[in-house]
Formats: sequence, structure tokens, C-alpha cells
Amino acid sequence: MQQKVVIINTGCANISSVRIALERLGSSVLVTDDANLIQRADKVLLPGVGSAGAAMRSIGQKDLIHTVQQLSQPVLGVCLGMQLMVEHSHESKTGSVACLNLIPGEVVRMQVNEQRLPHMGWNTVSTAASNALFQGIPDKTYFYFVHSFCVQLSSFTVACCEYARPFSAALMKDNFYGVQFHPERSGEAGAQLLRNFLTL
Amino acid sequence: MLAKRIIPCLDVRDGKVVKGVQFRNHEIMGDIVPLAELYASAGADELVFYDITASSDARTVDKSWVSRIAEVIDIPFCVAGGIKSVQEAGHILAMGADKISINSPALTNPELINQLHDEFGQQCIVIGIDSFFNENTQKYEVYKFTGDATRTQQTHWHTLEWVQEVQLRGAGEIVLNCMNQDGVRQGYDITQLKAVRKVCAVPLIASGGAGNVSHFEEVFNQADVDGALAASVFHKDIIQISELKQALAEAGVVMRTPYIKTES
Repeated sequence: MQQKVVIINTGCANISSVRIALERLGSSVLVTDDANLIQRADKVLLPGVGSAGAAMRSIGQKDLIHTVQQLSQPVLGVCLGMQLMVEHSHESKTGSVACLNLIPGEVVRMQVNEQRLPHMGWNTVSTAASNALFQGIPDKTYFYFVHSFCVQLSSFTVACCEYARPFSAALMKDNFYGVQFHPERSGEAGAQLLRNFLTL
Repeated sequence: MLAKRIIPCLDVRDGKVVKGVQFRNHEIMGDIVPLAELYASAGADELVFYDITASSDARTVDKSWVSRIAEVIDIPFCVAGGIKSVQEAGHILAMGADKISINSPALTNPELINQLHDEFGQQCIVIGIDSFFNENTQKYEVYKFTGDATRTQQTHWHTLEWVQEVQLRGAGEIVLNCMNQDGVRQGYDITQLKAVRKVCAVPLIASGGAGNVSHFEEVFNQADVDGALAASVFHKDIIQISELKQALAEAGVVMRTPYIKTES
């Protein structure tokens, strides 16, 4: 039987491209904010583009914070979706926004010296070869990034990227996975990562 | 290392890809979806689609082709042309575009940049600037409605000032179209791009003038741009993307290498 893949409708802008990328791999995908359907899914994706404050407000208004925190199936956060998985984010006019607290860590503005922000384009990712999410993906593979905030390296970092300084390109704790880059826009390498996630 | 980007630009009119010389006399180059697929598979790092008629004849971008592209493309793409409101921008992003590029409407209503930034985030907002070097005043001047030669207008902005203004308002990237160079394939305007680079803290994309491989090498190595946009050299098969990227890598420009799956 085909597995149920659900994308949480966070009200953010890149949901179509994530859905299409999964459909290209043969999945049938449901985009929903219905807590029951999210709970019953085999795989859950948490996409996100925009700001942490707006996204957390949207998830809160949909009454989904507790739902996401209780999930035990594999969950993949993408870009802002990954950032929402940590404890809090500094991407806010008022200082700090509480996030979903699924993985320890915090989101900080990138310190890039003379380099440009946003960090936009294709950059190499160093992976822990043993991680299932990066199966078949060689060290230093290029993925597409676009962001100005990041999660610093920690013991939950499973892949890192460097832009002036190293930061977390991917995080993992228990069933929660997050990638700072956009696998749906990272060509064949991104497709392989999504395929790996679907087969977890 | 962050790679420098090679960005084919597809000017779209009535669902077809076209290319003019100095923004006039457009020739049809081909259908939009197969060309987009071709460039993506050839190693393009990103694609830009400009609906060149949209701003000048008060239409919005014909939206149907955005979703057709989103279905076949697995690299980032940006859509430009006549986006005048937060709502219109939202539709295009919802159909799968990664970024929206605003040019004439930002000049008519600069507040739109702030609104788009607040709604969708800085990373989605690209500002296209059509800049013309005026030999008489020796200044770079910003133009609008360049998609239609009969309606093109000079604005009151000097290019370097407008570049700073759009960043203050929340632009996430700037595409500088150097109009004197557009379509004539004599090389990017290195002098102008260097001047803009000094006041541009967001990614800067060079546009207008690419004619051969060394033009790309110059623009990356001399003007330190983040990406180079080109149209006719790709549409007319003057330069192959794979050969271009190999030559640039050999010249020391960081280029994305293709993904090769490892066997486990």
C-alpha cells in the first residue's frame, strides 16, 4: 500500500514546489492543516518560507503546535521549517520567538563579515555518511540555499555548510529531521534526499 | 564554498520565449517549457522568466505557465513582469516560483518592496533595474517600461541611489540590466557593475552583454557579482552551459559540480 505523505499547510509560500518534488518521486501527497490527517500520516513535511514569527503565528492559529510535537513518524522540516524545529528564533522584531522545541538549539542571524546576505545559491554540504537522510549523497554535494538566519553547529547537526562560518545544514533528533537547504530545488541531489526521507 | 550562478534568462511574450536586441525587435526563440527543461538539465543554476510585455501594457503575468514550469523544473526560478501587488506576488509564489522580480512597479510604488518583504520575506524579493549610461551627463540612469520601446521612460533615479533605496526597503537580490550592453554581446558593463557592487550588500546579478566565455570570467573575477544572467548566447547555441561552467571552473570561478550518486 502506498504510504501517506502529508505536507503541513503552514500558510507559507513554497508548499507547491515541495509537493511537486515529492509527486515527481511517485508519492501521493496531501497538503493539510487537519490535525487528524497529520497524525495518521506515514511521513510529514514541515515546509516554510518567510519569517519565524509569522510561521509560528500561523501554526498557533491552526492549533497545530501540540500536534506536531506529539508526532512519532519521520518529520522533515525544510528551510524555515527546519528552523521552526528548534527552541527559539531570533528572527523577530521583538527579540525572540518561541519555536516548536523538537530539537535543542536556536536560530541566529548569520555572521558573514564582508559576504552577502541572504546566503543565496548552491553551496556544498558536508555530511555524516552514516545518516540515512544522506544515503548515496557524497560529501561536498551542492544544495540550494536561501536564508539569512541559521542554526549553529551542535551535537544534533548531521550535515554542515560553511558561509563565512560553519552552520547546521541538517539537524536530526529522534524522528525529527530538518534541512536548511531546499531539497525540492536542489536537482538530483535534492531528489535523492527526499527519496531517502520517504524510505525511512 | 558558495558557487557563482549561471542564470539563463527567458524573456516571455504570449507564452513563447523571445529575444530582442537592445530591448527591441523580438524574435521567437522557442516554447517555454522545453527550453526551461533543457537549461535545467544542461546545468543552469537558476532560471529567470521575464514577461516582457506585462508591465508596459498593464497586464499581469499570464500565470498558467508558472505552474507548468514548476512541474518540470527542480532548480530555483524567478518570475518577473507586471507584479504590482502583494496578492499577485502571492499567486505566483503559490504556483511554485521561488522568487518574484519587480522592476517598473517598484519605481512607480517603492512601498511595494516593503510590503512584499514583510509578507514573504527578503529572500523572495528580487529587484530588477534597467540602467542606462547617459554619455551627456556621464551618469547611470534608471529606466522603466523597457519591455515596450514606445513606452520606455527615464525615471528620476540615478542607478546607485536606487540600488541603495531598494536594499533599505527589503530587496533580497538585485539584477542589474545594463541597457547599453543588452543583446549586443560585447561583454558585461564591468565599470558599472563594480560601482554597484560597492553599494550592494545583497546578491548582485549581472545582466546584459554576454557574448563569449571570457565575458563571464571577467564579470565574476573583476566585478565580483554573485551570478551572471544571459539570454541570446544560450538561446542561439553560441555558448553551451556545460562548457562555460567548465571553463569558468578552470579560471578559478567556483562552479557547482554535478551530483553523482554514490553506491552504498
